[in-house]
Amino acid sequence: MIQTINFLKPNRDNIKNYSIIGSFLVLVSLIDVISNAFLKINLTSFLPGSLTTLFPLIIGLIGLNMMRIDYSGNKTLDLLNKNINTNNFNALLTLLILFSIIKALPQSLSWMILDATISGDSKDACTGTGACWTYIKVWFRRFMYGMYPNEFHWRINTAFILVIALGFVGYFMKENLKKYLALYYVIIYPVIAYLVIYYLISGGSFGLQWVETGAWGGLSLTFIVSFFCLIFCFPLGMIFALGRRSNLPAIKYISICYIEFWRGVPLITVLFMSSVMFPMFLPEDFFMDKLVRVIIAITLFEAAYCAEVIRGGLQSLPRGQYDAAKSLGMGYWKMHIFVILPQALKLVIPGIANTFLALVKDTPLIFVVGLAELAGMLALAKTNPKWLGFAMEGYIFASIVFWIICYAMSKYSYNLEAKYKTER
Amino acid sequence: MSDPIIKIQNMNKWFGDFQVLKNINLEVEANKKIVVCGPSGSGKSTLIRCINRLEEHQEGDIIVDGNELSEKTKDIEKIRAEVGMVFQQFNLFPHLSILDNCTLAPIWVKKMPKKEAQELALDQLKKVQIDDQANKFPGQLSGGQQQRCAIARALCMQPKIMLFDEPTSALDPEMIKEVLDAMVSLAKGGMTMIVVTHEMGFAKEVADEVIFMDEGMIIEKADTKEFFANPKSDRTKLFLSQIL
Repeated sequence: MIQTINFLKPNRDNIKNYSIIGSFLVLVSLIDVISNAFLKINLTSFLPGSLTTLFPLIIGLIGLNMMRIDYSGNKTLDLLNKNINTNNFNALLTLLILFSIIKALPQSLSWMILDATISGDSKDACTGTGACWTYIKVWFRRFMYGMYPNEFHWRINTAFILVIALGFVGYFMKENLKKYLALYYVIIYPVIAYLVIYYLISGGSFGLQWVETGAWGGLSLTFIVSFFCLIFCFPLGMIFALGRRSNLPAIKYISICYIEFWRGVPLITVLFMSSVMFPMFLPEDFFMDKLVRVIIAITLFEAAYCAEVIRGGLQSLPRGQYDAAKSLGMGYWKMHIFVILPQALKLVIPGIANTFLALVKDTPLIFVVGLAELAGMLALAKTNPKWLGFAMEGYIFASIVFWIICYAMSKYSYNLEAKYKTER
Repeated sequence: MSDPIIKIQNMNKWFGDFQVLKNINLEVEANKKIVVCGPSGSGKSTLIRCINRLEEHQEGDIIVDGNELSEKTKDIEKIRAEVGMVFQQFNLFPHLSILDNCTLAPIWVKKMPKKEAQELALDQLKKVQIDDQANKFPGQLSGGQQQRCAIARALCMQPKIMLFDEPTSALDPEMIKEVLDAMVSLAKGGMTMIVVTHEMGFAKEVADEVIFMDEGMIIEKADTKEFFANPKSDRTKLFLSQIL
C-alpha cells in the first residue's frame, strides 16, 4: 500500500493540482467524520463493514500524502507539511488526533451545555442527562465565601477592593517618593492589608460582629492565604538566597540548613505540624489563630523554594558586575540593591512565577487542617446528602477558576518580563 | 620627591596551591603612568586587581594612598572609591542607562546631589565624546562606546588612581583607537594610571615606565625609552621581538 501511495508523489510543477486534490480528499474525510459524530449519519454505509470505519483515515492519508512536498513556496502549505505532515506516520497521528477531538466534541458539548441544567434551586431541577450547573449556582456563595455569614459578605468584598486599591498606590506615587517603593510593598503594604483584613473580615470592633477564621472559606480564603504567602515569601526568599552566598560562615550555614530543611519536608506534614504540634510548644495563655499559623507555615515553606530560584539568578550574573560595583566603592548592600538584585530578579521572573503558581495551587492542601478554601468547600459540598453525585461539576468549576487565576498570573509575569527588558 | 601613592612590598599571592604573584615590589608616584605588559597568565591582571583589593594577597604589604590593604582594612569601599578601574569586558550595568551608569556611584557612594552628579557625568561623557548617547542602554552601544562609557563612569568618582585591565583586548581593531585616544587625553591631564595592555604604541606615547611580567614575577622595570631601546633580560627581548 505504501508503494501505491508513493506513486502519488507531487513535484514542484504539479503541486498546485496535487494540493487541491489532496485538500479535497482531507476535506471529504473530515466531513465524513463530522457527519458521523454530530449528525449520526454514516455517509459511507454502502461500503462493507470495517472499510466504513477506516474510510476517512485512508482518504485523509492519501490526501495528505498528495500534499506533501519539501518546499512549495506556499506559506500555509509549507507550514502544514513541516509541522503535522512530515511523513506518513505523522500524517496518520495528525488525522487520528483530529478525528478523536471531533468524535469527543458532541458528547462533551451536550453534557456541558446542550443537555445541562442551570435553572431551579434544588437537586430536583437536574433531571437531564447533562451537567447540573444548578448545583454550582446554589452553592456559589459557599464556594466564594465559605461558611462566612451571608449578610456579611460585603465585608469581604470591601476588604478585597481596599487591598487591591492599596496595591496600586505604587503606580500613583510621586517621583520623589519612588525610592520608598520597596519599603512600601515589603513592609507597609502587608501590614495595612493585614489590618484591613483583620478589622473588616474578622471584625470584633467598630460595631462589626466577630467572625472566627474557622468560618472563612471558599475562593476568598484561597485569595487571603495566597496573598499573604506570596507577599512574605518573596523577601524572605531573597534574604536566604543572599545568605546562602554570604562569606560569613554562620549566616551561610544557617541559610543552607533552612533551605534544605524546608525543601526536604512535604507541605502536608508542615501544615499538620503547624496546626497540631506547634500549639503544644506554646505557653498555654498564648494563642495564635490557626489561619495565621497556616500562612506562616506555607510562607516559610515557599520561601525556601523562592530562595533557590533567586540564587539561580544571582549565580547567572557575570563576576564582572560584582567587580565593577566594588571598584566604584559600593559596599555589600549598595552593590546588591542597585546592581545585582535588579538584574538577578529580572532574570528569575519566570522561575518566581512558577513558584507562585505552584503556591496558589498548593493552597487547597490547607483542607487537611480544617480550613476549607475553594477545593475544600467542593469536598464538603459533594458529601452533602442533598447534593450527592455532582462532584464532576464542582471540580470542573474549580479547575476553571484556578486556571483563570493562574493564567492571569502567568500573563502578568510575561508583562513584567517585557517591561524590564532593557538589554539587546 | 613625594611619597609614592602606591607601594607594594614583597607581595605574594596564591590561587590555591598555585603561586600567581611572586615577591612583587613596586612603587608608583602620583601622576605617573605605568604600563604593565607580558604574556597571558603572567599575573598582570591579578596584580592590578590586588591594588583595589578585588583580589586578596596573602603575604607582603600593599599601601594605596597611605592606607594599607589587609583583612583589617575597614573602609575598603573608601579606598576603592579613590581608585577607578576599567575592565576588559567593560562591565557596564546593563539595566541602567549610560547616564545612570555614571551617576549611580557618585550619588550613592559619594552622596552627591543628583543634579550635580548628572552634570559631572555629562561632562565626563563629553570628554570621551559619547554625551549624545547618555540616555541609551549599554546594549545599544558599540564596544568602543561602551568602553569609553566605562572610563567616564570610573572618572565620575573623581579617583586619584586609574587602573586599566586590558581595556582594548575585547574590541574590534577599529574601535581600539577611539578608546586609546580617550586614555591618552586622560594621561595628558595628569592622572596616575596603571595600564595592563598589549598596545605598545600607547606605551611608547604616554608611559613613564614599563613593567614586564612573566610567571608572576616582575622581570624588568624601566623607563619607557630604555625599555624599548635597550631591554636587559632575554625574556623581555623575546617578548618584544614577537609583539613589535
